[in-house]
Amino acid sequence: MYRIRFHGRGGQGMKTASCILGDAFFAEGFEVQDAPRYGAERRGAPIFAYVRADRAAINERGIIARPDLVVVADDTLVTVPAAAVLQGVGARTVLLICSNDDAATWTARLKRDCRVLTLPAPAAPEAGQAQAGVGALCAGAAAALVGVIGRAALERAVAAELAAHGAPVVARNTAQALAAYDALAAHQGLVSAGGAVDAGARAPVDWIDLAAEDAAAAAPDIHATATSLKAATGLWRVMRPVIDHAHCHKCSWICSTLCPDSAIAVDADHAPRIDYDHCKGCLVCVAVCPSHAIRAIPERGAAGAVP
Amino acid sequence: MTRRLLTGNAAAAWGARLAGVDYVPAFPITPQTEIIETLARWFDGGEMRGRLTMLESEHSMVTAAAAAAATGVRVFTATSSQGLLYAMEMIHAVPGWRVPFVLANVSRGLATPITLEPDHNDVLAARDSGFLQIHCASCQEVHDSVLIAYRLAEDARVRLPVIVNLDGFYLSFTREPVEVADPAAARAFLPPFTGRGIEFRASRPVSQAAAVLGGSQYSYFRYETHLAALQALPAYAEIAAAFAEAFGRHHPAVEAYRSDDAEFVFVMIGSFATKARDAVDRLREAGARVGLVRPRLLRPFPAADLRRHLLGKRGIAVIDQNLSFGKGGVLHAELASVLYGEPGAPLLASFIGGLGGRDFAPEEFYEMIDVTRRAADSGRAPEPRLLYTAGELREMRKLQAIAAVERHEDGAGKP
Ligand code: SF4
Ligand code: SF4
Repeated sequence: MYRIRFHGRGGQGMKTASCILGDAFFAEGFEVQDAPRYGAERRGAPIFAYVRADRAAINERGIIARPDLVVVADDTLVTVPAAAVLQGVGARTVLLICSNDDAATWTARLKRDCRVLTLPAPAAPEAGQAQAGVGALCAGAAAALVGVIGRAALERAVAAELAAHGAPVVARNTAQALAAYDALAAHQGLVSAGGAVDAGARAPVDWIDLAAEDAAAAAPDIHATATSLKAATGLWRVMRPVIDHAHCHKCSWICSTLCPDSAIAVDADHAPRIDYDHCKGCLVCVAVCPSHAIRAIPERGAAGAVP
Repeated sequence: MTRRLLTGNAAAAWGARLAGVDYVPAFPITPQTEIIETLARWFDGGEMRGRLTMLESEHSMVTAAAAAAATGVRVFTATSSQGLLYAMEMIHAVPGWRVPFVLANVSRGLATPITLEPDHNDVLAARDSGFLQIHCASCQEVHDSVLIAYRLAEDARVRLPVIVNLDGFYLSFTREPVEVADPAAARAFLPPFTGRGIEFRASRPVSQAAAVLGGSQYSYFRYETHLAALQALPAYAEIAAAFAEAFGRHHPAVEAYRSDDAEFVFVMIGSFATKARDAVDRLREAGARVGLVRPRLLRPFPAADLRRHLLGKRGIAVIDQNLSFGKGGVLHAELASVLYGEPGAPLLASFIGGLGGRDFAPEEFYEMIDVTRRAADSGRAPEPRLLYTAGELREMRKLQAIAAVERHEDGAGKP
């Protein structure tokens, strides 16, 4: 069975990568299981997705513990413990990192006996721009490395997965996927299908007995204060509310009271002020302002437009 | 027949679409929302005829579902976890109305602490409600079970609502190959619901759910619901056979995998049971005679089928992905109640695992069989075992150390 994990950040298209690769395997006659792994479900948070493919029906389930291939879309994740990029990476795992540091540097850094490959990192986004998706690129790279997916199947998988987004998106992603596929042509088939864990000769299981502990420690309380301020939920925003102070009647309560995230404060002179670090862009304020003084603009490219 | 890759949520939505449902009262909750989003798109695009309505809570949603079902239309709804709990008053109330509909529950662990990942404490909270329960282990099973569930719910012997349960994440967001039924074949298996005595006329009002005082009338109505649930056992067997005839896939009330000649058997429900199936294959390769017995029906409890598959075995590893505080695994207790006192009753070893989606390692399945074998040799059932490793506790201790520092810095404990 092939076991492949894609690691990236929310918004980079790791789910798309797993769907494209899953479709391509399926088109080549494999049984497939693919899934994204959502956690915090927000832009920029570490996320991964995985694909299993086999000639026989797949009974294995859950997170892939022993991957044959790990593709890392964002090299800053390698050092984030919560991202668990290196979990289960062993001698026969191939680790492909999108990075501007070369494979030798990563091999020295990681001190793992796995095989490391790199692809050039995607260009950093312009200030205020969202990171462009690299899902198709990652899927194309993986398709080349497993060596059992043809170029045509990859191309069809990209088209099938992204058709709803229109022809230009399909064309851009197809080019991305094929470029990665071709760039790794020399490594076709480097990744091999792994076996199952032998029930005859296996590692011991270190189950322990949990002891009853004091409720003060055994209840999931958070004692630090104002932790929600530290989470910049403003990064989730797709649309940005902008107050036109010339039209605001300074009613001093409507938008600030109805904002579900308490992201609108009222200044001493009754003028409302939006906390863009925490406004999630739900646009409730836009809808409720009786003097129509709040408009919504796309977040993309909005940085310079804030009054 | 073409197979395509579908998530469990999409498979559930397809089931509802092929059932030709008329009405979908809805309320979003992770990890279920994709089901109602998919259906909403189809209603919007004209692929489905009928109506999807957003309600203001799951409590209203289940009320609306049952009320609509009481007028003779075909109803589908879906929820998960805290949403199911929020609806719990009506979950217990509406089966007594004896109206058929299907609710997909996408299992997710309950608070506290809050989580998104699956275990079965949510759906087991509805265990004693009168809703029948079908538990799925694959996306194909989700699709098939929704169609089967309507036949079961609408069967004249039954007339009860049915929950089709699928695990969050490991089915809900996981794509697997699914053969979507041909619409004509689905309609032949499940013809349109033409009331069958259930109807609404403004000129002839009916009050559902009368009040009774004195326990005797109450006992009558409650026991009738119980008997209807029991009649779902023979009804289910017939419906599953009809489904197999129409679609070539058999979903018995209890799946028995390589258990006929097994000495030791895993018993578990839900999607992680496919991992147990995998473990059975590996253990067989290593020479052990091991099988899997998986109840798909949890209500009604298929007692006779379970006895048939389990009596005479040496030991059973019962794996509960749930926890009844102060007792232990629910499935373990249920199984013990149908095997106790029977000749050839096997030893039961109880394991609690998969809480909040905690994964099972293959080695853990092998170890559970070792534990069960040793217990059978000694003739004494072992203490219930939580699947929790030293490494997991180490990680927990690290988090607790961080929490302790934060508490200290924050000066908590001061008045
Ligand atoms: S968009 Fe929503 S979150 Fe942001 S300020 Fe307005 S109401 Fe608050
Ligand atoms: S609701 Fe409108 S008028 Fe009132 S404070 Fe907010 S922006 Fe100004």
